[in-house]
Amino acid sequence: MPDNANPTCQQLLADLSTYVDGEASTAVCAALEQHLAHCENCRVVVDTLRKTISLYQQLPQPDLPPGARDRLIARLEIEQI
Amino acid sequence: MKELSDQELVARLQRGDKSACTVCIDRYGTAVYRLALRLLKNEADAEDVMQETFLNAFKAIGSFEGRSSLKTWLYRIAYNNAMMRLRQKDPTFISIDETWQQEDGVTAVPQQLFDWCCLPEPELTSEEARQKLATAVTSLPPALKGVFLLREFEGLSTQETADALEISTDLVKTRLYRARLHLRENLADYFAAAHPSGA
Repeated sequence: MPDNANPTCQQLLADLSTYVDGEASTAVCAALEQHLAHCENCRVVVDTLRKTISLYQQLPQPDLPPGARDRLIARLEIEQI
Repeated sequence: MKELSDQELVARLQRGDKSACTVCIDRYGTAVYRLALRLLKNEADAEDVMQETFLNAFKAIGSFEGRSSLKTWLYRIAYNNAMMRLRQKDPTFISIDETWQQEDGVTAVPQQLFDWCCLPEPELTSEEARQKLATAVTSLPPALKGVFLLREFEGLSTQETADALEISTDLVKTRLYRARLHLRENLADYFAAAHPSGA
């Protein structure tokens, strides 16, 4: 795992999610990138986290079951909404 | 009618326009169902929650003041309905939000450092790997799952997610990070087991 005793690794972990979303500040990005150039463990975490995000974004999205919409509209009628 | 803005849709709902209910269901029904299904892991329960969500929303539309968007409001009702159902089904299900609250100041630490990024794409996207990932999403603790689903699958912003779940934006960020890390660890364990000598 990243070196827990190393404050730079700890800092990196705290900002990781915003960093991979491109929402970290310029200063934070620069500090992280400088750290990643020298910390192999943190680089692996960042790369695999990015890949994880890419993979779950490809998971199929469930659809409404057939008839669910009509059953809801019928219930609105019954409940006089 | 389907080109109505959400603001116009709300105004029509508040005037009691029944056709606006159908537009609202067509616009957000699938998203509400999807959220409920992923929280409850059961199609019948998810459909019940979807029905309750729209019934509750249409009954309460008069008090909707537009402080959050219609979409965010519907997600909030759906999430609360789903959590209530989980509590009804499992009396030992106490507020997981409270459980996770205790760890808010702690950054979770990655454990698995197997570098699986360079594995061939067919292996990364195999049916088995997808199943592993889908199961890991399903097994997320509800508090993390709520944030994760809204941010990553429903496309809400950090602020919208915070509004929907009535939590702070900092908590949204912390929970999203933990959820992502949980999924990364699951995948890393899975790929590491398939490659005991390294990638």
